[in-house]
Amino acid sequence: MAATEQTGSRSSTERTGPGRLLYDATVRAIFLQALTAALVVGLFAWLIYNTMVNLQERNLSAGFGFLDVSAGFGISFTLIPYEEGDTYLRVFFVGIANTLLVAAVSIALATIIGLFVGLARLSDNWIVAKLSRAYIELLRNTPLLLQIIAWFFGVFNLLPRPRDSVVMAEAFVLNNRGFYMPAPVPELGFGYVMAAFVVALLGAIALYRWEDARRDRTGKSFPAISTGLAMIVLVPLVVHLALGRPLSWDPPVLQGFNFVGGVSVPPAFCALIVALSAYTSAFIAEIVRSGIQSVSKGQLEAAGALNLPPTWTLRRVILPQALRVIIPPLISQYLNITKNSSLAIAIGFPDLVSVWMNTSLNQSGRAIPIVAMTMAFYCLVSLTVSLVMNSYNRRVQIKER
Amino acid sequence: MRLLTLASCAAVVGFTAPSFAQETLETVRERGMLNCQVGLPTPGFYALADDGTWSGLDVDLCRAVSTAIFGDPDMVEYQSVTSAVRFTEMQNGASDMLSRTTTWTAVRDTQLGLDFTTVGFYDGQGFLVPADSGIESALDLVGATVCVLTGTTTELNLADYSRANDLDITTVTNENVNVLVETYLGGGCDAYTNDRSGLAARRSAFPDPSAHVFLPETISKEPLGPVVREGDAAWRDLVTWTIFGIINAEELGVTSGNVMEMAANPPNPNIARLLGTEGNIGEELGLEPDFMVDVIAAIGNYGEIYERHIGINTPVGIPREGTLNALWSEGGIIYAPPFR
Repeated sequence: MAATEQTGSRSSTERTGPGRLLYDATVRAIFLQALTAALVVGLFAWLIYNTMVNLQERNLSAGFGFLDVSAGFGISFTLIPYEEGDTYLRVFFVGIANTLLVAAVSIALATIIGLFVGLARLSDNWIVAKLSRAYIELLRNTPLLLQIIAWFFGVFNLLPRPRDSVVMAEAFVLNNRGFYMPAPVPELGFGYVMAAFVVALLGAIALYRWEDARRDRTGKSFPAISTGLAMIVLVPLVVHLALGRPLSWDPPVLQGFNFVGGVSVPPAFCALIVALSAYTSAFIAEIVRSGIQSVSKGQLEAAGALNLPPTWTLRRVILPQALRVIIPPLISQYLNITKNSSLAIAIGFPDLVSVWMNTSLNQSGRAIPIVAMTMAFYCLVSLTVSLVMNSYNRRVQIKER
Repeated sequence: MRLLTLASCAAVVGFTAPSFAQETLETVRERGMLNCQVGLPTPGFYALADDGTWSGLDVDLCRAVSTAIFGDPDMVEYQSVTSAVRFTEMQNGASDMLSRTTTWTAVRDTQLGLDFTTVGFYDGQGFLVPADSGIESALDLVGATVCVLTGTTTELNLADYSRANDLDITTVTNENVNVLVETYLGGGCDAYTNDRSGLAARRSAFPDPSAHVFLPETISKEPLGPVVREGDAAWRDLVTWTIFGIINAEELGVTSGNVMEMAANPPNPNIARLLGTEGNIGEELGLEPDFMVDVIAAIGNYGEIYERHIGINTPVGIPREGTLNALWSEGGIIYAPPFR
């Protein structure tokens, strides 16, 4: 607009009379933009109107009234409390929570595995390099849906039945109904332990910042990371012991058909997490490798010439430069995980697509509002993830001075 | 701007989707094929043979309608889709009728733009458990994990039953019945719940059917029947009365074996009206006067269809005598209004 306004003001001086408006670039530009806007708005209005008319014609009820209605079906795994009598809106939130859980856990695991495999791929050790190469090629060249189904039916559904469960350390249980862990039960005073943890965490961050600034100023170093980690672990631990261990554990116990108590996740969740993180880690490994290889050899040699210790070379020389290459494609992989988690439907894990776009849609028959809400959710999550990652990306990009 | 408004108005008027009302029969005739929706292959109800032909109780209802319209039971395009999309496929006009063990409920009949025709099979929800599990009643399923098809009335009934009896049942759900059966056989759930007919059908295809037993409880009413789109009363009448015709045929003793003889020489006025030698029922439905002769000759009456696909002499083996699915005159509730 700025450019057209300038040319507009010039050309408007060249003509006079009522016809000049027709030749005024500003007026024409505004008119064209208004026309485009009207067309776009009109198109959407038409789409919505057309949908409403068609729904009415086919005797289908539209609208969001059904959200208050009791859903009436059970959901096998819920992160937030849910009962059979709860509303459809509640089901929507249960699905969102489950999807976000899968996405968060898979993103964390995929990043860690991907980083290690990517580094292993660059290893001088022939076997390590070839093994990681094989891992990458096998996983990223087979369809994800196939892998999810293979993990579910090939591994988690074939685990022993509850009575013959694999029990580890008398607390962790694995069987074909899921994975069971003891649940932490906070008692009176545990709040102080949590408070101590938060204080230690903030202290560690402050320490790191102070060390960073001091090194820039004086060149003297201080082991801020290890000191900080020690603080985060030791301070809450001391408080915990001092208060007489105000945290007990509720272990899973075999009762009737299955284990009860503790925290548990169903086999479909395990299969989904393993498949998603393994699949995506193969892509992340390649992204990590390409990022590291993009750092020129001269940088390494320069670091060596300055006699920097290897950890410093990695942390202060290679990674900052590699991250510039790594972050943008990594964003896409994180978005992919979030969207791919919808394949959960194949093995019946109750994620958003499964409980909302499949079960709820089927039970209520309200296709249009349900599909619209699902699309809005995925769109919102993807845009949020990319917003966060893009702002991080801007921080690590080259700052031209 | 005014032009644009006019244009968009015209577009709205011009592009609204065609109304389906009152023209299904015409569409089917023009296409030369009946689009009949069945489910994923299930023994007894909609079984798929190796050579690609469909058979079963629900399939025969499609074939009966095809015969009524075309005089040929094979003018059917079978659409096999998951239960999750069955109603959408009807709403968008892809299927002309749905015949796939679908339960008649108020919500489905009143809120989905669909109409149920009549009941072809009276079912109820049951549980299948491994014979060696020691479970003897559905009330024993406290804390159990149960496999259930998602998006079905079965799923809702299970939740209600669990709530009503404090069973605290965990569900394993899937939209694909094959995946679910695989999970059950692999021990991924303690019991598998579905309509009893569906359980019997599935069990007949298990590696060892005798290793799985039914629990005594029937926890719901599941009247199963064909569905058509709402708004086409003529089409609904056609499908409904074809099925009523098949039921009346059994009651009147008309079979595929004797129908030709009876049509030539009707023993009583009821049979004469059913077979079109008297009255104008066929014409008023938009069909040939003697359409039921073709239907019964090709498909048989209700009893023949039942025994052929799910009767006790088939692998599915659902007994008929003494159940709801016997004729009303024999203690059941299979009953059709008179053909007059």
